[in-house]
Amino acid sequence: MGIYDILFWALSAIAVGCALGVILSRNPVNSVMYLILTFFSISGHYILMNAQFLAIVNVIVYAGAIMVLFLFVIMLMNLNADVEPQKGQLVQLAGVISGGVLFLVLLAAIKTATPIPIDKASIDIGLITNLGRVLFKDYVLPFEISSVLFLSAMIGAVVIGRKEDQGVVKGDA
Amino acid sequence: MLLLQIDAALIIEKLILISAILGVSLGIAMYATWGERKVAAIMQDRVGPNRAGPLGLFLPLADGLKLFFKEEIIPDRSTRFIFILGPCLAMLTALMTSAVVPWAPDFTTAAGHTVSFQVADINIGILFVFGVVSLGVYGVMLGGWASNNKFSLLSSIRAASQAISYELAMGISLIALLMMTGSLSLREIVQQQHGFWADGYFSWNFFKQPVGFIIFLTCAFAELNRAPFDLPECESELNMGYHQEYSSMKLGFYLFAEYINLFVSSAIIITLYFGGYNFPFMDQVAAHAGPLMFSIICMLVLITKVIGMILFFMFIRWTLPRFRYDQLMKLGWRSLIPLALANMLVTGVLILWVFKSH
Repeated sequence: MGIYDILFWALSAIAVGCALGVILSRNPVNSVMYLILTFFSISGHYILMNAQFLAIVNVIVYAGAIMVLFLFVIMLMNLNADVEPQKGQLVQLAGVISGGVLFLVLLAAIKTATPIPIDKASIDIGLITNLGRVLFKDYVLPFEISSVLFLSAMIGAVVIGRKEDQGVVKGDA
Repeated sequence: MLLLQIDAALIIEKLILISAILGVSLGIAMYATWGERKVAAIMQDRVGPNRAGPLGLFLPLADGLKLFFKEEIIPDRSTRFIFILGPCLAMLTALMTSAVVPWAPDFTTAAGHTVSFQVADINIGILFVFGVVSLGVYGVMLGGWASNNKFSLLSSIRAASQAISYELAMGISLIALLMMTGSLSLREIVQQQHGFWADGYFSWNFFKQPVGFIIFLTCAFAELNRAPFDLPECESELNMGYHQEYSSMKLGFYLFAEYINLFVSSAIIITLYFGGYNFPFMDQVAAHAGPLMFSIICMLVLITKVIGMILFFMFIRWTLPRFRYDQLMKLGWRSLIPLALANMLVTGVLILWVFKSH
């Protein structure tokens, strides 16, 4: 077993363990921290696949920005283990069923997929130059469309978050 | 996996380099605390620290010892593990960034072995810095939350929202610079700024991207939580801020991490905009000095520039009053981000149509 395999199995174990920690820990802040560790181990997998750019962007976007917002919400709502609302059994059952269905779909998708072996010798395939070329030459249309999608999501968030009637708010003050 | 083929000599070389860099970072951070008090004293027409040793130079040691010997208090209602994790994370992320800074040009020994003065020349160097900086928020956030104190929580939320807001403008101002350099590797960015004058213009990026530099610098102030943007530790509103409940060396870690951040961000700013280790007439110096001597001179030049940058940070701190929180947010979102976007567009237009370099 080479160093590659050792790293792969270690990272996989960390990823799965931390993912279990996310759903099993009682304290939401601990869940968030487990999720951050999961993202880190996934970034490690990206590096093993020679995709440094994806790895670091994964850390910046998910661990650095999105999880900070998660923490924000948890801290502001002061969700602690002792004030966590207890869910009814029906809700728990629904959660288990929908999670199981998702798991089934993923399992089916992975089972029928044809695995593409990673070319361990080509160390510059995931570098930003190649990624940029592929994105802006071969996949320029999907890339631009997805950016428009993000823009619409942002505008939607602003519209939803805006106060409905400015006059009423001023009257209150 | 070609990246993992590492031999023992390389590991030893890197370990020595890492310990040297950490030592220098800690040393400069230590004396930055002394420097801050001296600068404040001089600017306020006082004497400043002068009791411990000549010119008060042993003051950082005395401070460190004092912090070590203080009683360590972990609040009863705190979340113990996260409370301890907070300062550790702050220190860890502060020290990690220095890994990608090129401290001096490579030097080749007589035996043909090349020694690099950069811990890791990764292809995405500047993104690594951004990644670590964005993780730095966790130290403050987790520490503030785990203290179970209203002021700490408010302060850590301020710190996090400030950091996230200013990271955007910082990133956009950097995109303009990266469009010109065409590389994310700090090593290449420094090499492109060779000397001081090239092709009829200054070679340092500061002269090519002045607006970008001002935006980047302003955002660096905000990211470092330094005055005039030190809202997270605004005494008049929040007592002491996110480290209110901390005592002994855990408090020391938070305070110290701030000064290490100051040092490393100054190094990054110098590397990106002020030519890193490059200096005018470096080719003539290289011709006369030996290769090792030249590397050492370059390193000293970089350290001198970094100390100048740190002093600039201090002058600003003791000159400008603190912003109000809404002013801070307004400046970030309504002024800096549009300005950075405009700067990016102008840079793109110039590159495409005027210089036709791509």
